[in-house]
Amino acid sequence: MSNSDHANSGESSRALPVPRPSSLAPHPSSAAPALDLANITCSFADRGHPERNYTAVRDATLTVGDGEFVALVGPTGCGKSTLLNVGAGLLAPTSGTARTFGDALSGINRHAGYLFQPDSLFPWRNALDNIAAGLEFRGVAKHEARTRAQSWLARVGLAAHAAKYPHELSGGMRKRVALAQTWILQPRVLLMDEPFSALDVQTRQLMENQLLALWADNRASVLFVTHDLEEAIALADRVVVLSAGPESGPIAEFAVELPRPRDVAEIGLQPQFRALYREIWAALKDQVLTAYARAQA
Amino acid sequence: MPELKPEVTVRAPARRLLWPWHLLLLALVLGAWYVLTRLEIMPPFFFGEPLVVAQRVLDWFATGKIFPHLGVTLLETLLAFAIGTVLGLVVGLWLALAPFASRLLDPYITAVNSMPRVILAPIFAVWFGLGIWSKVLLGVTLVFFIVFFSVYHGVREVSPVVLNNARMLGAGRRQLLRNVYLPSATAWVFSSLHASVGMAFVGAVVGEYLGSARGVGYLILQAEGVFDINTVLAGVVVLTACALVLDRIVTVAERRLLRWRPGATAEHY
Repeated sequence: MSNSDHANSGESSRALPVPRPSSLAPHPSSAAPALDLANITCSFADRGHPERNYTAVRDATLTVGDGEFVALVGPTGCGKSTLLNVGAGLLAPTSGTARTFGDALSGINRHAGYLFQPDSLFPWRNALDNIAAGLEFRGVAKHEARTRAQSWLARVGLAAHAAKYPHELSGGMRKRVALAQTWILQPRVLLMDEPFSALDVQTRQLMENQLLALWADNRASVLFVTHDLEEAIALADRVVVLSAGPESGPIAEFAVELPRPRDVAEIGLQPQFRALYREIWAALKDQVLTAYARAQA
Repeated sequence: MPELKPEVTVRAPARRLLWPWHLLLLALVLGAWYVLTRLEIMPPFFFGEPLVVAQRVLDWFATGKIFPHLGVTLLETLLAFAIGTVLGLVVGLWLALAPFASRLLDPYITAVNSMPRVILAPIFAVWFGLGIWSKVLLGVTLVFFIVFFSVYHGVREVSPVVLNNARMLGAGRRQLLRNVYLPSATAWVFSSLHASVGMAFVGAVVGEYLGSARGVGYLILQAEGVFDINTVLAGVVVLTACALVLDRIVTVAERRLLRWRPGATAEHY
């Protein structure tokens, strides 16, 4: 039950597509999906024991439409990050093809930005220079990169902390710098690997709302990995459930037709949200129990 | 969104002032030395006398006799330190990023590192004469391996997440080297600099001791030839003071350059 139009409307019967914000203009809408992972299998060699190869993902197929927000949920160790790394071009699949906007991936996905779960900032650069890093790597003059980074720093509410190094910032602040660092490049595809899982609940909801606000501005295509079902439903247009690993793959998907803009802190109270939660949890629960049993064995 | 406050830094409880105790300990040791040699429980001929040693050091500085020797020793030390550090950094980076060369050279590096390299001093003396370069080279062989190993391991322990992040942000090979490997390796170099300053000093003094016409090591060798234990000890005192100063300079440089490192600023208050 794929939700191919990511319309803001709550009821799918309302066919009027919501006009896309003008900031999307430089992105020509293409027929090809932003991310198209077809029959992906990823095996990792167990050194010295070729017969004991570990297959994290088997025959997984997943697409993210242009401008769509897809959440990937599954029990721990189910290969969520593996799929994300394939989409980023950081990991070449053992078999299967990965395409972005119709082009087969080889090497780093140039359209993609990646928000990592652990701290990924350069510890030797201050907040401002961390945000400017991507522009510098792409050949923007240092002065201009810094000017643009400054405005992004203000956008994530850290204007006063430009000269601080990562270890001088709190966990939530570091995540906001990381968000700005990725977002300043205006990636068309955004890959997120449980980016907020290390934050406390309040900070996390602030970050999620900020993410949604940024996303409303540029409507990048998002693949958001999480093990938190509530987070997945609150953020996404579509929730994909992965089976327990090893050899995992998508087993079910659910369209989330909650109206936007959403407030993450309150959306959980809506009956529609609860109903959807129960429906998806029914599919997820077996996988979680399987994963737990395998971990105990 | 509302401003999040940085976590409150917890201040360590006021530490007890330590330097009076340091001084007291020093005074006790010197006092014991003085009394024991004075009463000839320890023969002053073999153990020297603290007052004579102090007198000798003062004389050296008052007459200026020490300066040419000290200058040579310090020059050798600094050259050995600089050349050894740069070589160690460059080779360490190169081998860490070139797996084939690294595997090829691995057994030889292990062999050269386990060799007691001080024994190379006579060979260097034959090759480079009794001037400063034989000492510099000995110091370089000592410093190089300390820096090399810390850079080599440092580069291999660069956080893969930071590395992947840089790649996703568009960094190419050269940019990764400049923006990820080099800053990360610098931190490791600094952790080894304290050891390598000391080693550069060892290279210079041992080199002088084994054959030279100038330097503090030469002074010590001369004094030893006539069983003048007080002058030998005076030389040791001067060398120790210089080593402490150099170590202090490294600490200050470290604190300035590694401000980004957690704990680099806090622990020195």
